[in-house]
Amino acid sequence: MAHNDHAATAHDHDAHDHKPHGWRRWVYATNHKDIGTMYLVFAGISFFIGGAMAMLIRLELFKPGMQFLDPQFFNSMTTMHALEMIFGAVMPAWTGLANWMIPMQVGAPDMALPRLNNFSFWILPFAFTLLLATLFVPGGGPAGGWTMYPPLMLQGGAAFPMTIFAIHMMGISSILGAINVVVTIMNLRAPGMTLLRMPLFVWTWLITAYLLIAVMPVLAGAVTMLLTDHFFGTTFFTAAGGGDPVMFQHIFWFFGHPEVYILILPAFGVVSEIIPTFSRKPLFGYEAMVYATASIAFLSFIVWAHHMFTVGMPLAGQLFFMLSTMLIAIPTGVKVFNWTATMYRGSLTFEPPMLFALSFLFLFTIGGFSGLMLAIVPADYQYQDTYFVVAHFHYVLVPGAVFAIMAAIYYWLPKWTGNMYDQTLAKWHFWLSTIFVNVLFFPQHFLGLAGMPRRIPDYAVQFTDWNMVSSLGGFAFGLTQLLFPYIVWKCVRGGARIGNRAWEGAHGLEWELPSPPPFHSWTDPPSDALIQRGAAH
Amino acid sequence: MAQAHAPDTSHYYVPHASHWPIIGSVALFSIMLGTVTFFNGWAGPWTLVPGLALIACTFFGWFYSVVGENQQGIYNTRVDRSFRMGMMWFIFSEVMFFAAFFGALFYARVFATAWLGGRSVHIFSNLMLWPHYDGTWPTNGPGHVGGHADGTFETVPAFGLPAINTLILLTSGVTVTIAHHALRAGKRGVLALFLALTFILGFSFVALQAHEYGEAYRELGLKLSTGIYGSTFFMLTGFHGLHVTIGAIMLTVVWLRVLRGHFSPEKHFAFEAVAWYWHFVDVVWLGLFVFVYWL
Amino acid sequence: MMRKILAPLLTLAALAAGAAPAHADSGWSLLNMPQGVTAMSRQIYGLHMLMFWMCTAIALVVFSVMAYSIFTFRKSRGAVPDTSMVHSTTVEIIWTLVPIAILVATAVPAATTLIKTEDLRNSQLTVRVTAYQWGWNYEYLNSGVSFFSRLDRASDAARQLGSGVDVTTIPHYLLNVDNPLVVPVGTKVRLLITANDVIHSWWVPQFGVKKDAIPGFVNEAWFNVDADKPGLYRGNCAELCGRDHGFMPIVVDARPKEDFQSWLKAEQLQQHPPEASAPASAPAAAAP
Ligand code: HEA
Ligand code: HEA
Ligand code: CUA
Ligand SMILES: [Cu+2]
Repeated sequence: MAHNDHAATAHDHDAHDHKPHGWRRWVYATNHKDIGTMYLVFAGISFFIGGAMAMLIRLELFKPGMQFLDPQFFNSMTTMHALEMIFGAVMPAWTGLANWMIPMQVGAPDMALPRLNNFSFWILPFAFTLLLATLFVPGGGPAGGWTMYPPLMLQGGAAFPMTIFAIHMMGISSILGAINVVVTIMNLRAPGMTLLRMPLFVWTWLITAYLLIAVMPVLAGAVTMLLTDHFFGTTFFTAAGGGDPVMFQHIFWFFGHPEVYILILPAFGVVSEIIPTFSRKPLFGYEAMVYATASIAFLSFIVWAHHMFTVGMPLAGQLFFMLSTMLIAIPTGVKVFNWTATMYRGSLTFEPPMLFALSFLFLFTIGGFSGLMLAIVPADYQYQDTYFVVAHFHYVLVPGAVFAIMAAIYYWLPKWTGNMYDQTLAKWHFWLSTIFVNVLFFPQHFLGLAGMPRRIPDYAVQFTDWNMVSSLGGFAFGLTQLLFPYIVWKCVRGGARIGNRAWEGAHGLEWELPSPPPFHSWTDPPSDALIQRGAAH
Repeated sequence: MAQAHAPDTSHYYVPHASHWPIIGSVALFSIMLGTVTFFNGWAGPWTLVPGLALIACTFFGWFYSVVGENQQGIYNTRVDRSFRMGMMWFIFSEVMFFAAFFGALFYARVFATAWLGGRSVHIFSNLMLWPHYDGTWPTNGPGHVGGHADGTFETVPAFGLPAINTLILLTSGVTVTIAHHALRAGKRGVLALFLALTFILGFSFVALQAHEYGEAYRELGLKLSTGIYGSTFFMLTGFHGLHVTIGAIMLTVVWLRVLRGHFSPEKHFAFEAVAWYWHFVDVVWLGLFVFVYWL
Repeated sequence: MMRKILAPLLTLAALAAGAAPAHADSGWSLLNMPQGVTAMSRQIYGLHMLMFWMCTAIALVVFSVMAYSIFTFRKSRGAVPDTSMVHSTTVEIIWTLVPIAILVATAVPAATTLIKTEDLRNSQLTVRVTAYQWGWNYEYLNSGVSFFSRLDRASDAARQLGSGVDVTTIPHYLLNVDNPLVVPVGTKVRLLITANDVIHSWWVPQFGVKKDAIPGFVNEAWFNVDADKPGLYRGNCAELCGRDHGFMPIVVDARPKEDFQSWLKAEQLQQHPPEASAPASAPAAAAP
């Protein structure tokens, strides 16, 4: 990081700017780039912690019989792996990218509310300290799954309130972060940067931010009810008192489903930036993309109970949620088709960002298809809570969200540092990741269909073979990820200098700024000509 | 620091390093930590004190510096608009927080208790587990959880205190609007008077709520632990009461700033933010009055 | 790259095509959902395969267009971008309507199957299933027969951390119980499912039945094993229920009707002896 800050300040022409140096620069930060960097570093650390937990899971599941982990500890690994990855890795990574890119892309000097921005970030390290601390309290970490269903969750020991307060803090952090994004986009766009000229990363993030503001408070409400049920004798989730354990699931998934789109919409944005760049051709159907994103976001509010097909909902409810869920395939399809059409009759080259984007294109689609199968209620009776579901969501989350994050970093890293990274090494990172992510997760489809439940530390012997394959793929994929921080670090240290435009076909305001960009991106708003040139459609 | 030389409002004001956010995060962490230690029975409630003290300092210090900058006139209208938008979306997130609890109320009333009473797909839930339970609202569930010794409880009649409280809040909504008009018209005296009225009404609402809670606990057998009715009743009204208190405090602060001569007829973001917040608290109450007390 | 990514999908397609026998023993051939032993489970399997082939078909189309673009329009092959190609309302409409049509086509069979699964009328035998941490209690309504069903001793000993037992030597490791649920074949059996402590889920893949067991509520499910397919059918608890969630299997012993009747009689006698001379040991009624 120290080196990154050197890089970020190198070309600092910002006259009336005396920014603090040393630790103050980061702890008191109000600069969108510094805060973005902190978000990204934090996300990276969480990814490795969550990944290490996943490695323990895969290790125990390498062969049948209990080898290493106590069942309770295994469950807490599953739970914390998910919390680390979703709230600690992917969400902060997206917020970090939003911090870095949105002001540059809309022609703003910084985020709209810089102090709030710093607050949003610095809540996170404390939140995760609280979460990870649960591993050291009597009873161990939370072991009810990241979905925290009562009554099981209510059996939690000392970890229970810690987990809930950690989640409260993560919630506050992402709500404030989202507010900042919305205000920046709505209020700080340069004159001439009309809504329909905004890059798609900005669009998808705007819609993501609305989702965040709408559903994070609902999660806060849900876990608060857990808290009072546990400590103050309320009976929200206890039948004897007139409550219903399933009620929690409804409230949780009302948050939970939009949440999964919160994880993927910015990915759609990134891919919509990268594919046109390396196809040297404007994005096909820009407006359709915007409307598709909006309708996905809208639909995401009315599909939540597709996670609850086995709880005994009335038939009408099951039918409604099955159909509404299937509908989401349509706007998502529109996106996939538009990306394909963008490459069609283009002039493609395959630098690392493009490779990751293509991998996303194929593998996310596979994950989407399995999602569609899960939406079919009678079939879901067989899939639900099996490894088929685990395979589904890892396809959309790992080669989906995570690959898109890597694509984004490989795309914009040269802009941030002014240096080109080692592309050969990055291509190795790509190929190994793409191969092993399939070795890791594809067999899990078989396991699930053959009847292996999820969230189990041990399994019947007929599941051995594919679990071994999956575990080996997991270890290989994990080790491959070690390349990533190395490549980034090397690039921050130095490399071939690049001009404003790191990639031949790159469009957008960020490429009009020097690399690395000045401390405050657009102290004077860009001219309309620049904006025209940027908006490549 | 930039504030040193003459404020330049041509550019969007980007504050330089600030230590308040990190202090705020530490404060938040201390509060959470304190609550955890208390809830886990590792120590007494005093563990909350440091966090709460620190968060109070944060709010004071942070807003103090913001107000200072504002008084120096280094915020252009764009900064002002950022603040407004920020506040609006913050209020929206608050609305969604309450939505979760209203959702719980509706779900419990319309589905859970009805099912336990044997309606819809759940005849057997009733026959096998909760015979003789009819699931009519208000209820503390088939297990008659909490309430009086015999498991019964009464509810707070809508057209007693709650009705009065409704009047109080609605009036306060009017007074704050009058104050706003006075501010726009530059009538400082009227402004100060009606603003004072507003937060006095606010605090008296809180006082009456407290009184009502006392009665509920002592006479009605209506407690937080009185089944789903008690749960939804106290969580909804409780969180609302908390918000009224916060709102009233913010009104008081704004009032003090008015007395210090802050705010101009054109620019008075803090005043408007608090006014919006107050109207939000008002609207939530109407929802409560209708769905919790009345229907 | 294409091939690398498509390869697994195609293998799955190929393998699923030769629909692997549901109860194949070798792990490698366990690739697909079992067809099961009830009319319902076969319908569900059909639905599953319908969705699978539909998705595979669409994937093949979409992926081959992508592959074609990736291979044909390379800069290295001197491709020049057609920057005029920015949108086309007609194609947008087409690729919105076609998926809608496909989805409607699948929604219909899905809905009809769903309605069948929810039809609980005229069942001939009712069993109350009560889940607890970590086992099951089965009660045959109005016959006074009830017993607990838990992970069998052999598996339980072997699954202890560092037990040193080679689990592959345990028959039906983790899928065996002390007292299976006994039901007659060719009979519509209704389950009334609930739980004592936390949420569990009763799942037997061969029956295509999975229903959550929710404390304080009773869920209904049913199955009807083919008259010609008596046998032992195995499943697991399918909802995280704490420490031993992985260790509460379900075994159903589906017997010919008359065998079942005699078994029920025997159980009744054992659990409610006519005289006070109760047999000391009542294996089937082993207390929890
Ligand atoms: C990034 C996250 C992400 C994304 C994008 C999705 C996308 C989808 N998900 Fe997924 N899902 C999760 C993350 C995600 N999911 C997680 C984490 C869980 C598990 C939670 C837990 O229990 O722990 C889950 C679980 C889950 C379930 C519950 C399974 C169960 O527990 O029983 C269901 C059921 O309907 C579902 C459905 C879908 C559908 C229909 C989509 C759709 O959006 C997919 C749409 C995309 C496509 C369909 C492909 C592209 C489209 C075309 C090429 C057009 C042509 C196609 C057709 C016409 C078919 N998901
Ligand atoms: C964005 C979210 C995200 C991401 C990125 C991942 C990434 C991974 N996940 Fe996770 N996962 C979830 C979200 C995610 N997961 C969720 C929501 C659940 C459900 C939880 C629940 O049921 O409650 C889940 C559950 C889950 C399970 C099921 C557990 C169970 O049901 O009991 C498994 C099992 O294989 C698994 C594996 C993995 C693996 C191997 C990776 C890999 O991609 C990780 C790769 C990364 C690394 C490995 C880190 C980098 C490298 C090092 C740390 C160096 C050390 C490496 C070695 C020594 C090899 N995950
Ligand atoms: Cu019982 Cu899982
Ligand atoms: Cu979902």
